[in-house]
Amino acid sequence: MSVIDAPPTGRERPTADQPSRTNLQQASAWARRAPLLPALIFMFIITQLPFVATLVISFVRWNALRPDLGRKFTGFGNYRAVLSDPDFRQSIYFTIILTVTVVLVSLVLGLLFALLLDRPFRGRGLVRTLLIAPFLIVPVASALLWKQALLNPVYGVFNGLLTAVWKLFGSNNPPQPDWITSHPRLSVEASLIWQWTPFMMLILLAGLQSRPGDAIEAANMDGASRWQMFRFITLPHLRQYLELGGLLGSIYVVQNFDAVFTITSGGQGTANLPYSIYNIFFTAHDYGQASAAGVIVVIGSILIATFALRTVSSLFQEDGK
Amino acid sequence: MSSATTDAGTRNEQQAEQALAKQPGRNGHGGSLWGLLAWVVGLLFVSPVLWMVWISFHSEQDASANPPKFTAPLTAVGYRDFFSGGQSPWPSLLNSATASVCSTILVLLLAVPAAYALSIRPVKKWTDVMFFFLSTKMLPAVAGLLPIYLIAKHIGVLDNIWLLVIIYATMNLPIAVWMMRSFLAEVPVAILEAAAIDGARLPTIMTKIIAPVAMPGIAATSLICFIFSWNELLFSKVLTAVVAQTAPVFLTGFITSQGLFLAKVCAAATIISLPVLVAGFAAQDKLVQGLSLGAVK
Repeated sequence: MSVIDAPPTGRERPTADQPSRTNLQQASAWARRAPLLPALIFMFIITQLPFVATLVISFVRWNALRPDLGRKFTGFGNYRAVLSDPDFRQSIYFTIILTVTVVLVSLVLGLLFALLLDRPFRGRGLVRTLLIAPFLIVPVASALLWKQALLNPVYGVFNGLLTAVWKLFGSNNPPQPDWITSHPRLSVEASLIWQWTPFMMLILLAGLQSRPGDAIEAANMDGASRWQMFRFITLPHLRQYLELGGLLGSIYVVQNFDAVFTITSGGQGTANLPYSIYNIFFTAHDYGQASAAGVIVVIGSILIATFALRTVSSLFQEDGK
Repeated sequence: MSSATTDAGTRNEQQAEQALAKQPGRNGHGGSLWGLLAWVVGLLFVSPVLWMVWISFHSEQDASANPPKFTAPLTAVGYRDFFSGGQSPWPSLLNSATASVCSTILVLLLAVPAAYALSIRPVKKWTDVMFFFLSTKMLPAVAGLLPIYLIAKHIGVLDNIWLLVIIYATMNLPIAVWMMRSFLAEVPVAILEAAAIDGARLPTIMTKIIAPVAMPGIAATSLICFIFSWNELLFSKVLTAVVAQTAPVFLTGFITSQGLFLAKVCAAATIISLPVLVAGFAAQDKLVQGLSLGAVK
C-alpha cells in the first residue's frame, strides 16, 4: 500500500533508483507488521484507553448515589480518602498475605506431588489426571464446594467426619467448629491452595522430567546420596521452574475475586484489593474513589511487574529466537 | 538440534534411567510402597471433587446428613431440582457457551496472525511486542472495570453477551499470542526457506509446512481460552444482569443457604464444571505449555 503513496521525507531526498528500493523495503516491513496490527490495535483500545479514563476519573469527585454533589475536579482528594480508609489499607495487607501464602504453600505441595509422580508406578497417568481435577473445577463452583459442602458447620463434611470419628470412640459430643467464621482467612487460603497446587505440580513435574540425565548418572557413579542429588542437581535445575510457577501463580492469585466473594463476601478482614474495588464501585457507587483505588493498584502492579518481567525475560532467553 | 545430539540425549536419558533403577528401593517392594503412597495422596487430594459428585446423586436429607452417609441410595433428584426447580439454568449455560466459544474464535483470528508475525517472519523488536502483551496481563483487570462499565452503559450494551465476548477476547489474547508463538517457533525455518526457494506459494507453505505443526497448538490454545472464559466471574457479574447472565453468576445464587439444598448445589457445581473438566483433560498434554505461556515444553 505504501509503495506508491509514501511521501518522500525532505532531508534524505532519494536519487532516481533509490526510492523504489526504500519503498520496497518499507512495503516489506509493513507486510511483516500487517498480521500483527489487528491484535495490537484491539489490545491497545480495550486495555489502555480504559486505564486513561480511570486515571482521569480518579481526580474527579463523582458519587453516583449523590448526583446532587455533582462531578467536580478534586485533585488528590479521592486518593487521600482511599488511602486513609482503614478498610482499604487492610485489603492491601490481606492481598499480600493471601498471595504469598497461597503461592508458597501450593509451590511446596506441588513440589512434593511432582516428586511423587516423578517415579514410575502402576497407574501413574491416572493419579496425575486425578491430581489435576481441582484445577479444572470452575472457581466459583470450587469456592461453593468449600463453603457449603466441606466447611459448613451444620452439614459440611468436615464436621460430619468429626461426628463420625467421635461416635466411633463412643462420644456424643463432638466439636463442631464454624470454620469460616472462626478462621475466615484460612478458609479462603485453603480453597485457593487446593486449587493452585495442581498448577504448580504440572510446571514442576515438567521441570523434573527435563533434568539432565548425564549429571544424575555422574552423581550416581560418584556415590552421591539421594539427598545430595536432590540438593545439588534437582533443586538448582528446578529453580527457574519454581520462579516461573511463583510468578504466574502470583499474577492470578493477586487478582482473585471468586473465592473471596463466594466464601466470605469480604467479611472479617478477608476483602482483598479486587473485592474492595468492586465494593467501592458496585456497592458504594463512588466512581471517583474506585478509580483512585484502581490507579493505586496499577502503580503497585507496575512496580512488582517490572521486577517480575526481569525474571521472566531471563527465563525466556533460552527459548528466544 | 541435529540428529547426532538427539541420539546422545536419548542415550543419556536411558543411562540415567538405568542408573536410577540401580538405586535401592526403586523396584520391587519399595516401588510398590511408593505407588501406594502416591495413590493415597492423589485420592485424598481429589476427594472433595469425588465427594461433590457423590452427594450430588443423593437426596437432600442424605446429602446433608451429619455424620455423613457414605452409602445412601443414589437418586438424580438434585439434578432435577437444578434444571427445573426455580430459575432455569439453561439461559445462563447458553450464554456461557456463546461467550466462551465466540471469544475463543475471535482470539484465534487475532492471535494466530500475530504469532506468525512474531515467530516465523518476525517484525523488528518482536520481543518488545511480546512483553507489551504480557504486561497487559499483569495489570489488574479490576482497574479497567469502571470505565468499561460506564462506556457500555453509555452506548447501551450492558447486559449484552457480545460485550463479554469482546472482554474475554481481550483477557485471553495475551495468553494466546504467547502460546501460539511458542508453538509456531517449532516450525522448521530451514524447510520454509527451501520451500520458498523452490517456488512454493504462501498457501502451500501454510497448509503443508506450518499447519501440521500449528494445529495441535491451536487446539490447545482454544481449549485454554475456552476454560478461562467459561470460569470468569467478576466482569460478567458487573456487566450483565438478567439477559446475558453467565453460568458462574448463576452459581453465585447458591452462596446464601436455602434450607436443605446441598445436593442441588453439588449438582449445579458438577454440571457447570463439566465443560471445563472435559476441555482440561482433553488438553492435558499441552496444559503445562499453555499455562506457562509456552515457557515449559
